[in-house]
Amino acid sequence: MSTETQTRFAAALQDGTLPIPAGLNSWNAGRPERRFGVYRNNVAVGLIGALASRFPATERIVGEEFFAAMAREFIRHHPPRSPLLLSYGDDFGNFAKAFEPARALAYLPDIIRLEIARGHAYHAADAQPMAGDVLAAVDPSRLAGLTFVMHPSASVVRSPHPVVTIWAMNAGEMEIAPIAGLAGEDALIVRPQMNVEVHRLPPGGAVFLEALQTGSTLAAAVESASADSADFNLSANIAGALGAGAFAAVHQPPAGD
Amino acid sequence: MTKRSATALAASLATALTLIGSVQPASAEDAKEKCYGVALKGQNDCAAGPGTTCAGTSKVDYQQNAWKLVPAGTCEAMTTPNGHGMLTQGPAPA
Amino acid sequence: MIPSELPRRAGVGFKPEHFSDIIAGSQPVGFFEVHAENYMGAGGPPHARLGKLREDYALSVHGVGLSIGSMQSLDKEHLARLKIVCDRYQPDSFSEHLAWSTHDSVYLNDLLPLPYTEETLDRVVEHVDQVQAALKRQMLLENPATYLLFEESTIEETDFLAEVVLRTGCGLLLDVNNVFVAATNHHMDPRAYLARFPLEFVREIHLSGHSETVDEAGAPLLIDSHDTPVKDPVWALYQELIDRTGPVASLVEWDNDVPQWSVLRAEAEAAEAILRRAARRSAA
Repeated sequence: MSTETQTRFAAALQDGTLPIPAGLNSWNAGRPERRFGVYRNNVAVGLIGALASRFPATERIVGEEFFAAMAREFIRHHPPRSPLLLSYGDDFGNFAKAFEPARALAYLPDIIRLEIARGHAYHAADAQPMAGDVLAAVDPSRLAGLTFVMHPSASVVRSPHPVVTIWAMNAGEMEIAPIAGLAGEDALIVRPQMNVEVHRLPPGGAVFLEALQTGSTLAAAVESASADSADFNLSANIAGALGAGAFAAVHQPPAGD
Repeated sequence: MTKRSATALAASLATALTLIGSVQPASAEDAKEKCYGVALKGQNDCAAGPGTTCAGTSKVDYQQNAWKLVPAGTCEAMTTPNGHGMLTQGPAPA
Repeated sequence: MIPSELPRRAGVGFKPEHFSDIIAGSQPVGFFEVHAENYMGAGGPPHARLGKLREDYALSVHGVGLSIGSMQSLDKEHLARLKIVCDRYQPDSFSEHLAWSTHDSVYLNDLLPLPYTEETLDRVVEHVDQVQAALKRQMLLENPATYLLFEESTIEETDFLAEVVLRTGCGLLLDVNNVFVAATNHHMDPRAYLARFPLEFVREIHLSGHSETVDEAGAPLLIDSHDTPVKDPVWALYQELIDRTGPVASLVEWDNDVPQWSVLRAEAEAAEAILRRAARRSAA
């Protein structure tokens, strides 16, 4: 019965320790171990390659051999649930966090989160980033109540590790070199046109953008950001975010306040 | 929000807009990069993620045991004399 | 139902790394083919590039993840996503594989073989009917490259495909490399397979490279790896085939270790030369 054939076939594909299913055949008789092995290998190499192409900086950091071994463990516990491989690996960061052999690289899960954010930005809906003059046209008395619509590709990754620097070194944007400081870095990932960009956020910037992203008014977001960092500079943050294309639109509060 | 902080907000925004005005627009960028996301120099098309395939593979998965390996990529060159520990917060496990 | 009908010329499987070279000039290519699943994101460069290509070339959308050969039901959400891709790009052809790749919600990321029985035939017919009804298009079904056989199979692959065509009105995508790979792996004559193949329903041909290994008995075991030029015995089969059918849309696929555009274009030009000779002969 073919449903059972497929169930057994699928189980033996995913678990290399299982014997190959009964009912398989080859012209030269015998159990077609190597022939079944072609399918096993196609699945494993295909999925490891899929993760490697989504996490190229991560692969460079740990090396190909380690990455493949780590990816294989991940695949065993989290096989894809959709033929859309472009979103496969969204839980790879959480997996890495608990993955003992990678424990020495405390920053690795955050690099993975940054690469996940880059993938989402790449495939996000297209939208024209909001131009700065939209803000210039707002009545100054209504600025405090403004709320922002983030660009569909924009997201923030916060980290106690220098993730932007580490990522840049492994994406060909900076020379690989010893990293002097311990300072954490927060990243804004956004694709204003067709290129995904990674920006290092200034102090308080992550809290500021996350507040705006969740619907806080400008005044409330400024308050949260100032509470997070005494060095929060509103001009620099607004200019940076607008320049990066992080916003799609603003909404003004109802008149008569 | 007090009158005073509303004024401060307006002033900050005005400064921000001047800052943006001075930012060079990205027009020098190659049109292909801008319109089609053709990979920037140095970066391969990393964010693209995996493509699908309808092919098998001639590459063999050698199935190394992850628990017997240590990370051995650029992580070695990025560390300080303190080793990987420099990026782990707090003391290394004994 | 919109028929799947590509220009009877050579086409190329589109790879994003070739985009700049492709749009730099006019390419001697009758159509491009893309994998539907790579265009199911909301936006971004994939759509920008495909939109640009679509302005200048005929398009074939080739699905790799629908799992038509599954005994379980088709994934309705995936079918809806395919519909969106087809509505957006209005391809000249839509095709999928006689294979399965999803089981119990796990996507196995390979084109897996199925036994050929009355039971699997009914299931595949039902699925092809569903796809064509949902897309309102004729689909082409592709013969697989297989590495092993099933004891329970009772129907020849060629008869199985012919029966699906008869019962659904779908067309066929004949992958000549798959014919050579499967025939070698099963110690059969590829020419005998092609002699039984219902050629009158073939609307597209695939050509690609494969790699060579052996099984535990030392017998050749070919892998459909799409990582080399089309091999000579496959060109020979293709030439003989086109001699019989006249020009048919013919795609060169190269999916792993992708070469420079000029290399792939040369492969397409070799196919185009064979098609042109056949066109001249049929005109004479």
